[in-house]
Amino acid sequence: MTKAWSTCDAVSIDALPGQVGVFELANAPGETLYIGCADARTLFGLRSAVRERVDEIEDAVSFRVEVTTAYHSRWRELLMVHVADHGALPRHNEEVAGLGRLSPG
Amino acid sequence: MDLQLSEEQELIVGMVRRFVRDEILPLELDLDPDADQLAPADSQRLIAKTKEMGLYGLGIPPEFGGPDVDLVTRTLLAIEMAQHRAGLYAPCYGVFGGAGLAQLFEADDAQKEKYLYPTLRGEMRGFFGLTESSGGSDPARAIQTKAVRDGDDWIINGSKIFISGADRADYGLVFARTDPEKGRNGITCFIVETSWPGFHVRRVVHTLRSAHYATELQFEDLRVPHANVLGEVNKGFAIANDRLSRQRIPYAAGCIGVAVKANELALEYAGQRETFGALLSSRQSIQWMLVDNEIDIKTATWLTLEAAAKADRGEPFRKEAAMAKLVASEAGGRVVDRSMQIFGGYGVTKDFPFERWYREMRIRRIGEGPSEVQRHVIARDLLGASLR
Repeated sequence: MTKAWSTCDAVSIDALPGQVGVFELANAPGETLYIGCADARTLFGLRSAVRERVDEIEDAVSFRVEVTTAYHSRWRELLMVHVADHGALPRHNEEVAGLGRLSPG
Repeated sequence: MDLQLSEEQELIVGMVRRFVRDEILPLELDLDPDADQLAPADSQRLIAKTKEMGLYGLGIPPEFGGPDVDLVTRTLLAIEMAQHRAGLYAPCYGVFGGAGLAQLFEADDAQKEKYLYPTLRGEMRGFFGLTESSGGSDPARAIQTKAVRDGDDWIINGSKIFISGADRADYGLVFARTDPEKGRNGITCFIVETSWPGFHVRRVVHTLRSAHYATELQFEDLRVPHANVLGEVNKGFAIANDRLSRQRIPYAAGCIGVAVKANELALEYAGQRETFGALLSSRQSIQWMLVDNEIDIKTATWLTLEAAAKADRGEPFRKEAAMAKLVASEAGGRVVDRSMQIFGGYGVTKDFPFERWYREMRIRRIGEGPSEVQRHVIARDLLGASLR
């Protein structure tokens, strides 16, 4: 994801769109802590999905989002790219059944 | 010609219809509208049920452990299995098993032991690597990936695009040019393991389907043992052609299943929804949409069953399979579109399955050979060699 990072404060999160999409959370040194997906079941799309995760992950200080209707495949792609780059999923992501392998090169 | 289902067919079709209604539809209420997987526990539970029903691995020939069910009956079942939100591309979320396109029925004994049997047991996954950026419908000319003999091995270099499941597969069928002078007679099919050096899944290719993606592959000096040639050297085109022809019948059946469900929902809604003081079903404009739906569904169904019946009798069925795929994919699109229109604003929301079917059905007119290629196949059959 190449979108700009924003600070995890109430004003920034309230300004998020209600659409579906994907998002990343990072800590102060810039480590990606979590890659999430706001699917069509979330009440207010990215706004509620980011808020929920920021409340759960204490050391999350910044987030970035991408609005996309291909939220499932984009989420899996971001996880696979992260594994290819870092050898593991972000710390706060649980194992994902059937996650593929990429070698972006 | 008997158009009546046999007692056994009625029984088995009814069993699958109840399975979809009682097991699949309730689970979909809690899934994301674009989901194409069940929770692992649900999946395992339902696989146990389909095994109990004796219907697991329907696409697998009986000599390899699949149930002994003829293609007409399998087509009828495929129509039933598609009658839910994810049904077009993930009929019953895969709980009826199967080997997909990466079937290795031409494999020698060693290849069967190593790849086919573990796949049929669900322990390995395969992919089908045919299409390249230069084209997918004309593999005889479009395949640029090259394989060059080096002692007991082949060295493969090239790329593939729009390949499903390669990032999660253990092996795949890769078609490469082994004789550049021989056109369709210079293509060989290789069984390639995804863990071998030189095999790369370079990127995800996003499509109209949100939950499913394709991939782009690259082969860099990928060394493949000669023992991993599937069939004979330079005879790979026939393997590809066989897979594509056979696949057209279940592909058509999936389109019909979704159309049946869309029409069923539209019929029910038209009988309940009132506008300007009268039910939708009393409006001629709506009645004609429902009539056209019914005609589209019946036309596609009979063509598809005819193709399956010819295949069952061991007769050539390439033309009939192409007609079935062409008509079912186009008719299915029209039925979903009309049904969505009848539902009005609700039809385009994710509260109902139409928007997913609408997106996915559009792919069906292109996937497995676009409508134009199906017409070309039919024309070639009608006009013979003059069109080659």
